[in-house]
Amino acid sequence: MPHFRQNRLCLREYFNMFNEEENRDTFDIQISVSDPEKVGDGMNAYMVYKVLTKTSLSIFSRDEVCVKRRFSDFLGLHSKLASKYMHMGYIVPPAPEKSIVGMTKVKVGKEDLSSVEFVEKRRSALERYLLRTVKHPALLKDPDVLQFLESSELPRAVSTQALSGAGILRMVNKAADAVNKMTIKMNESDAWFEEKQQQFENLDVQLRKLHASVESLVCHRKELSVNTASFAKSAAMLGNSEDHTALSRALSQLAEVEEKIDQLHQDQACADFYLISELLGDYVRLITAVKGVFDQRMKTWAKCQDAQVMLQRKREAEAKLQHANKPDKLQQAKDEIREWEGKVQQGERDFEQISKNIRREVGRFEKDRVKDFRVVIIKYLESLVHTQQQMIKYWEAFLPEAKAIA
Amino acid sequence: MQEGLDDGPDFLSEEDRGPRAVNVDLQTDATLQVDISDALSERDKVKFTVHTKSTLPNFKQNEFSVVRQHEEFIWLHDSFVENEEYAGYIIPPAPPKPDFDASREKLQKLGEGEGSMTKEEFTKMKQELEAEYLAIFKKTVAMHEVFLCRVAAHPVLRKDLNFHVFLEYNQDLSVRGKNKKEKLEDFFKNVVKSADGVLVAGVKDVDDFFEHEKTFLLEYHNRVKDASAKSDRMIRSHKSKFLFSISYFYGHSPLPLSCFQTLFPVQKIEARVAADEDLKLADLLKYYLRESQAAKDLLYRRGRALADYENANKALDKARAKNKDVLQAETTQQVCCQKFEKISESAKQELIDFKTRRVAAFRKNLVELAELELKHAKGNLQLLQSCLGVLKGDT
Repeated sequence: MPHFRQNRLCLREYFNMFNEEENRDTFDIQISVSDPEKVGDGMNAYMVYKVLTKTSLSIFSRDEVCVKRRFSDFLGLHSKLASKYMHMGYIVPPAPEKSIVGMTKVKVGKEDLSSVEFVEKRRSALERYLLRTVKHPALLKDPDVLQFLESSELPRAVSTQALSGAGILRMVNKAADAVNKMTIKMNESDAWFEEKQQQFENLDVQLRKLHASVESLVCHRKELSVNTASFAKSAAMLGNSEDHTALSRALSQLAEVEEKIDQLHQDQACADFYLISELLGDYVRLITAVKGVFDQRMKTWAKCQDAQVMLQRKREAEAKLQHANKPDKLQQAKDEIREWEGKVQQGERDFEQISKNIRREVGRFEKDRVKDFRVVIIKYLESLVHTQQQMIKYWEAFLPEAKAIA
Repeated sequence: MQEGLDDGPDFLSEEDRGPRAVNVDLQTDATLQVDISDALSERDKVKFTVHTKSTLPNFKQNEFSVVRQHEEFIWLHDSFVENEEYAGYIIPPAPPKPDFDASREKLQKLGEGEGSMTKEEFTKMKQELEAEYLAIFKKTVAMHEVFLCRVAAHPVLRKDLNFHVFLEYNQDLSVRGKNKKEKLEDFFKNVVKSADGVLVAGVKDVDDFFEHEKTFLLEYHNRVKDASAKSDRMIRSHKSKFLFSISYFYGHSPLPLSCFQTLFPVQKIEARVAADEDLKLADLLKYYLRESQAAKDLLYRRGRALADYENANKALDKARAKNKDVLQAETTQQVCCQKFEKISESAKQELIDFKTRRVAAFRKNLVELAELELKHAKGNLQLLQSCLGVLKGDT
């Protein structure tokens, strides 16, 4: 395990890492991303976020660390972690998405509601990203993660820009991967993997559909809020023109109730969005990472297969050389056979290891998913409960006014 | 037998029979009770069964029913409006034309899109659209019934001969819809009326009561129109699908995910809230939009009578000055005077009654609206809290 040499872990902590799955509730680290600040002007401007880490874990140098990071720093961290761990079958949490449109508005200095919302969305997403990353036992101990959270200066991650050389290379690789995926036909000997892959495919489809539903739900709530406010004003006007005093008062009260309900609708729309929609979006991206890990396993298998084919060829070549009289070439052939035997063994070991890692990772992912959804759904239901309680209060106050009309 | 939707003859459930005075608080008495006991929806028309119970000697039987269509209601309404004798009364507003086009279109679109959705989704949507159709149907029945009940409750209109014919004559009244020429005539009549209306509205009335009523009604009518439109829009938003389909989640998911299913009954309650708001608020406002228009029409007619009276006075003065056709002018003036005074007297009572009815109707509907909103909110609250209890208890 190469990465452990870098972390200077003792054996006890190494085993603890795998036991941490059971002790997840006593997780000793809190991370918050806050206080977005705009730095610079015009198209070169960017937002800087405060990242505060509070922890009792000994791998950190202090109990409480506060650093300033910008969006590309997060992308840089993710990029490093992905290149280190994905090929081993670790599910590396994906970073929040880039948004050229959203960011441009902020850069250009539009102080309107949509850019405020955008920054808040992003802040929240960055926080969730970090929390997920440190929840992963291997990633938590990674030096890049520690450096990200602790060191006051961080080298600028330029290779994360979409149109940089590295960015273009990424795009090319992605395309190549897609092509390869189509051509690799793996003999799946392990039913577990086939089953899980199918499950994740289904989950992906379902989450996307649900995500779309929630976005439309939020839209409808906002529309309802606008129309309720408009009706409230109209009812107030009607109350003004009504010449029966008690009825006039009741209509004004009705207008007030509707105004308050409008505010409830607005708040509910926020809750709908932040709680559920963002979570669903996160999981759609996470599933992509999970699928990526399964693909890595396929690639590892393919590599192993290729090595075996090569070995076979070398053996055939050696067999041929047996009957020719070229002792140098024969020796070379024998050396190559040994080399490729080694590669085949390594390939098989790698494949076994990645399969093992993936099983463990998927188990962890599924536990976390249940927890994540549970927490969010409880919060959402609580907000719905609050809304209904408020509605009851408002209508209970209105009822005697309506009855007082004589 | 019927094309289109499969509506059986017994469209109205047992609980829906009987007078359904939705937006007006009417005292029905035994001498004349009218209701719509049944209704049939066919491809392009609705057939209402008008049921009458009466102890009045004018009718051949004590209880009888006839089948009427929307055009016949309009004919009856128009005959009241055109009758000079009734110029001093608020003519109960005509019921709006039954309009199932939007609902039918939606059902048709659903049928066309059947292939592109799961069986569950299709059944659910079909049920919702059918419920919507049924709601529209019930509403149109209610509005036609209210019209008849208002006429039956009015001390003068209930004696109208056309009304009795409408109730009793068990053949088709053969009142064809207005042809193009007649519609055009109506159009011009309305144009003239509104121009007159402006004129009449400009003349300050000597009588304080009517002056106040004029000012009040003009403003009130506009505000009710606005409130009606805005309430419609609000309720339409409320009705629009709160899409949160749980069927998108696999069945054997752990408890937290399947808890999205609690939101289904919550959605159903929200749909019912919207339907109740529609009935108690939107329909109320719509009805008073039409009634306030009818009240305005009454004021207009009185205004016209006043103008005629003043013109007759001027003509009389002129005739006296010229000493020519004095007797004729005197007669005309007297007729105009009587007409004006008759209208004013009954109009005053009508407007007072209008206010009483309006206040009572608003009270009833606002109280019922508040009670229903409370009921639904409490229902929602219970559902949500029980689900939370399960979720939180499961660690």
